[in-house]
Amino acid sequence: MATGIRDRVAILGMGCTRFGERWEAGAEELMVEAFEECLADAGVEKNEIQAAWLGTFFEEINVGKSALPLAMTLRLPRIPVTRVENFCSTGTEAFRGACYAVASGAYDICLALGVEKLKDTGYGGLPNSGSNAGSLTWLWLPNITAPGVFAMLAPAYSAKHGIEAKNVKEAMAHVSVNSHANGALNPKAHLRKPVTVDQVLNAPMVAHPLGLFDCCGVSDGAACAIVTTPEIAKARGKHDLISVKALQLSLSNGEELSFDNWDYDHFPTTERAALAAYKEAGIDDPRREISMMELHDCFSITELITYEDLHISPRGGAVKDVLDGFFARTGKGVPAQVDGGLKTFGHPIGASGLRMIYEMYLQLLGRAGDRQLDEPRMGLTHNLGGFPFMNVAAVTITGRYEG
Amino acid sequence: MPGIVSYGAYVPARRLQRLAVFSAVGWYSPAIMMMAMGERSLCNWDEDALSMSVEAARNCLRGLDKRRVDGVYLAGTTLPYADRQNAGIVAAALNLSSELAAVDFTGSQKAGISALIAGLQAVSSGERQSVLIAAGDRRPTRAGSFTELYFGDGAGALLLGEDPIAEYAGSYALAHDFVDHYRGADARYDYGWEERWVRDEGYAKIIPQAIAGLLKKLGWSAGEVAAFAYPCYFTGAHKAIAKKLGLQPGQAIDNFHNNLGETGCAHPLLQLIAALEKANPGDKVIVAGFGQGCDAAAFTVTERIAAAQARPGLSAALAHRVVEENYQKALAFTERIEVESGIRAEAPTQTALTVLWRKRKMLLGLVGGKCKACGTPQYPAQDICVNPACNAFHQLEDYEFAERPAVIKAFTGDLLAVTIEPPAVYGLVQFAGGGRMVADFTDCELHKLKVGQSMRMVFRKRYHDAERGFTGYFWKATPTGETAKGGA
Repeated sequence: MATGIRDRVAILGMGCTRFGERWEAGAEELMVEAFEECLADAGVEKNEIQAAWLGTFFEEINVGKSALPLAMTLRLPRIPVTRVENFCSTGTEAFRGACYAVASGAYDICLALGVEKLKDTGYGGLPNSGSNAGSLTWLWLPNITAPGVFAMLAPAYSAKHGIEAKNVKEAMAHVSVNSHANGALNPKAHLRKPVTVDQVLNAPMVAHPLGLFDCCGVSDGAACAIVTTPEIAKARGKHDLISVKALQLSLSNGEELSFDNWDYDHFPTTERAALAAYKEAGIDDPRREISMMELHDCFSITELITYEDLHISPRGGAVKDVLDGFFARTGKGVPAQVDGGLKTFGHPIGASGLRMIYEMYLQLLGRAGDRQLDEPRMGLTHNLGGFPFMNVAAVTITGRYEG
Repeated sequence: MPGIVSYGAYVPARRLQRLAVFSAVGWYSPAIMMMAMGERSLCNWDEDALSMSVEAARNCLRGLDKRRVDGVYLAGTTLPYADRQNAGIVAAALNLSSELAAVDFTGSQKAGISALIAGLQAVSSGERQSVLIAAGDRRPTRAGSFTELYFGDGAGALLLGEDPIAEYAGSYALAHDFVDHYRGADARYDYGWEERWVRDEGYAKIIPQAIAGLLKKLGWSAGEVAAFAYPCYFTGAHKAIAKKLGLQPGQAIDNFHNNLGETGCAHPLLQLIAALEKANPGDKVIVAGFGQGCDAAAFTVTERIAAAQARPGLSAALAHRVVEENYQKALAFTERIEVESGIRAEAPTQTALTVLWRKRKMLLGLVGGKCKACGTPQYPAQDICVNPACNAFHQLEDYEFAERPAVIKAFTGDLLAVTIEPPAVYGLVQFAGGGRMVADFTDCELHKLKVGQSMRMVFRKRYHDAERGFTGYFWKATPTGETAKGGA
């Protein structure tokens, strides 16, 4: 019976670019920037990498198809390289490919790199796919945008739990304030100004009830990891290893969209991926055992609801936890978005999952500078790709290797 | 004798105030001050002649056995396709049997009545058993023109067959190449001749000539006919025709200039519906369409009329009304001013015709599936049932969602989505009896929506692919009852 890959893969090194409007850099330059940091950190030679995974989403507006952009940009020695895409879980999906390759024994050292160049479109926001959304899909799904489909969660969540819309909106504001406070401490974040609850509440509307500060930014960036087995890492002289405790994915099966058992108030996929990850990692009580989290805060309402899907907050209890400061970096609960989240990093889609793991890695090694938490043990990262009614959820748990 | 079995009217909820038009363009065109009273109907940006015709046809067919329909005759001079059967799109939207004759009637303002007479002849001969007539028009006009004030948007539909509410008595047709106006095949707007000539030599002579011809043919006198339905957007001339025919006050059906505007090919059909709405058994009714001649048809109302009058007609359509005083919006909806929609609007919009054919029931008819194994209604229909406790393969049978009431589960008003009327409002709706879909909402006001709100489905234009000239249609949800835009 398969039990997962807990402690079978260690992170040898990581790299992450500064995220932002990187007008001076294309996807290729961003890849090199993250890769150089990662190589130095890992202490390996480029040609020691045996296989690689590239994660990128909007290939049509940046690198184009296939994994060749990674292979050619990094001048990899004709090794196997695979491109993956799975909506906003793309970066984590690249990491998953590399980890599984190591865990299976197929390779000793693998690279996962996620990159997205979003700022070559000429406008703010993400592209409108039109008929590229799918030859059938675009003929019937409504005229949606990402903020719009996630905004729909708020009134449905209010109705489900009998919480007044204004109280949900206020909790959402606190979610964004928390991310901005943390991002202000992070030199790699895109947006580095703290904001107040009033600023968030009074920001221009994007999709009711999500205002500008309820939405994450759009930016360019890349992040990567080189992984190996704990044994090889030790043999190469690495101490204080960070290992992968769990890597889980869950995809909608069409029930949310077409069956009648969901109220548009939560993410069944996130819950399933989280429970599977806790089992894989040997976690019984996530509210106590998870030291820190980087959640998919594409929008404040997504993060709020995710607290519950992860079983960190009870159902209907996230609003209270948020207002109690349970997720604050300096609080007594589970700090969330310690690096500033998508909110302040922006969301270069292919890079985000790896950027989140990068923060866990820094924190676990005590290298997080001004943001450093006190002795974290277990870090959880989460992605939610697609739309609430059809999505790809990913949960990754990393922690100190104690074997 | 067969005749009219049912009727349905559709008028878009917006009523553009003529004074608002004058206020905006009177500086340029002061003469339209004469007409700056009352209101005209105005399509929402997602409506056109075809979508309105589908809605009128739905109102006409509701509660009847639509599977018997073996003919769909669609009339209009502003139908979306010059070469793709528009009537066939209507038939697909109504999910009618494919064993039917779909025919477009176009090229003249009298095409609605020409279609009606052709349908009556088809059912009278026994060639067809149940023919649906629909007519709709949304005629483009120049800013500051008189026609902008004369014209309205709307559609009417009639079902023809046995056991009628109004028995077909006969018809009369007159063809004159009298060109009061024309619109060349490649032109966007009408080109019209002097009103005085059109009024005195056209309407005032040709309509009476045709009606007199019909009365003579049937051996009827004008005095024994309860209602005459004929168009003429010059209200004075409309009255003069009645006088010329020797009619008493009340015999001529209103031209609805004041509260609707003239709806092109649909107009005489809507006037006929107005007549039927208040008709009594035994009443004789005459309808005439005008345009390069005049086609006229006569009916005798039967005792079945009383039951049919429970059906909403033109008066109900006119009562569903919201005042529009924003003339710039009317210009934008009809693409007469170019608004900046940004680079984000530059999305690819090619329609895969193979997909459109394979999924025609899903896309045009809003047909999903109901699982024969577990009974779960679902949209869209796929090979494997969505119910996790079932997941049966190949057990779905057709299941129509268009007429099923729904409620809102979640919604938003999206200011980022590209639309001519922000915010784009959409949400998840749950159908009574099971099944759900995420859908665009239309004709609604965001601040009035709430979770649990009742909705119904309407057929609308989804997009226009200007590069290729393709117009795509789909279904949207709209509030019912008091929350409906223009609702009571």
